[in-house]
Amino acid sequence: MTPREQFIAFMTILRKEIKRYTRIWTQTLLPSAITMSLYFVIFGSLIGSRIGDMGGFTYMQFVVPGLIMMAIVTNSYSNVVSSFFGSKFNHSVEELLVSPTPNYVILMGYVLGGVTRGLLVAVIVTIVSLFFTHLHIHNWFVVIAIVLMTSILFALAGFINAVYANNFDDISIVPTFVLTPLIYLGGVFYSMELLPDFWAAVSKLNPLVYVVNAFRYGVLGVSDVSLPFAFGMIALFTVAAFVFSMHLLNSGKRLRQ
Amino acid sequence: MARLVCRRMTRYFMIPALTIENLSKSYSNGFQALKGISLEVRQGDFFALLGPNGAGKSTTIGIICSLVSKSGGRVAVHGVDIDEDFPAAKKFIGIVPQEFNFNQFEKVRDIVVNQAGYYGLPAHLAAERADKYLKELGLWDKRDVASRMLSGGMKRRLMIARALVHEPKLLILDEPTAGVDIEMRRSMWDFLRKINAEGTTIILTTHYLEEAEALCRNIAIINHGNIVENSSVRDLLKRLHREVFILDCAAALPESIAIEGFVTRVIDEQSLEVEVEKGQHINEVFTQMDRHGIQVTSMRNRANRLEEMFVNLVEGAA
Repeated sequence: MTPREQFIAFMTILRKEIKRYTRIWTQTLLPSAITMSLYFVIFGSLIGSRIGDMGGFTYMQFVVPGLIMMAIVTNSYSNVVSSFFGSKFNHSVEELLVSPTPNYVILMGYVLGGVTRGLLVAVIVTIVSLFFTHLHIHNWFVVIAIVLMTSILFALAGFINAVYANNFDDISIVPTFVLTPLIYLGGVFYSMELLPDFWAAVSKLNPLVYVVNAFRYGVLGVSDVSLPFAFGMIALFTVAAFVFSMHLLNSGKRLRQ
Repeated sequence: MARLVCRRMTRYFMIPALTIENLSKSYSNGFQALKGISLEVRQGDFFALLGPNGAGKSTTIGIICSLVSKSGGRVAVHGVDIDEDFPAAKKFIGIVPQEFNFNQFEKVRDIVVNQAGYYGLPAHLAAERADKYLKELGLWDKRDVASRMLSGGMKRRLMIARALVHEPKLLILDEPTAGVDIEMRRSMWDFLRKINAEGTTIILTTHYLEEAEALCRNIAIINHGNIVENSSVRDLLKRLHREVFILDCAAALPESIAIEGFVTRVIDEQSLEVEVEKGQHINEVFTQMDRHGIQVTSMRNRANRLEEMFVNLVEGAA
């Protein structure tokens, strides 16, 4: 395929993905807006007002970056896992596999589909958060870079999950038992400084810690971890997930007989 | 100049649409689905790949279109080896699988347009082609309907439209008329004949042997992962040693009727079954019937001729 043909194939997959999640927006876009609004009300306004400052900011200001990042992570992940597993389940993935579309274009199409949904939900959640607090962006470059890298990383993770999944239970196990605990323990609601040394060290094995703190730095200018180290870790996880996803596609594991 | 063009065209048409050499496939459970088959399909052919369930037909098709990984051997489509340049080989192929494999929630037209996109066709051309094939296959009225709302026959035609949208040179259909009513099957046959006449090579697997006899020029029979027959339909039928005809008569047959030189059996009071061996002439049957004063109103094969040959070959190889 020529580069132009590859671009057409990529745009076809991306358009199809965007069409899919916007068609079922009540299942894909609305829930995050409602859930995050509840977080803002309960943790930010009601409980947060009694907690006091954290890291030099009101508790509401402190949790907003983490909650936006939580929305990005869950949406970019769940978009790819449900869409790709769905196409595997109804065999429509064969439409792509029999075509000359290169594997990296297939992967990029699905991943970008997840990224756009993550970004769209991030915008919605950010708009909702503005009803509760004032947001001042400390460093736009960090914000944009971390949002893109994180959504790509978790879209890739969703793709890997979809390849390995055999049934619909398998695509909810990882988000429920792995992703959600990692998010909650990733410093969305608290500062690492509050943890005992041992648990603070253990937390550093959690990739969500770097994601949340790097984003928080971009928005508020404070972070529990070193920013270059956070960027390095996210980049490392992203490259590893991309290489592994390509290996799965090239080997045809669980996709071809 | 004309000679040069002629020579180049001859060389081009000499490249087979499909070449399979020593193709083998063993699954992880140890089952050997293909045991080194070789096959060649000429450009412009209408080719049938027949065999009982589990013989290896779908595995062969799966390998050609990359849904199944081969264990050994070589496959080339229009001279392009799939191991050397699979994307280029894939551009030549259109595949209509046995099972419905499209997103049932997508609209009919979107399915076809998207498939064109996966082959790199620009949007305007994708839309033009999708509309053309949806019209030709009688799906135009259903273009904005979710594909799950289509009948079984319409879903099969949708898969044909989808397979043709990039205008492949080789169209592979895996049991395209399974579960389709007679009228729709006939219209599908007409459509396939038309695109074959326009130059598309067609490979067909089917369980309806009258379909293979009606449509195909050449045939391969696969059984237990081996090719047990590969010849033209005409040559294959010539090798039938015996054909059984049923003669429907105008009046009740006499209680004892004998056609000298032929084995006969009375089916009911107005129908007679006659076995005609190779070398015998059916005219002799009519002559003797006439002598008995019996008027024959119609005649038909007891079973499809190809079916008899198929059963002989498959049972012989078992």
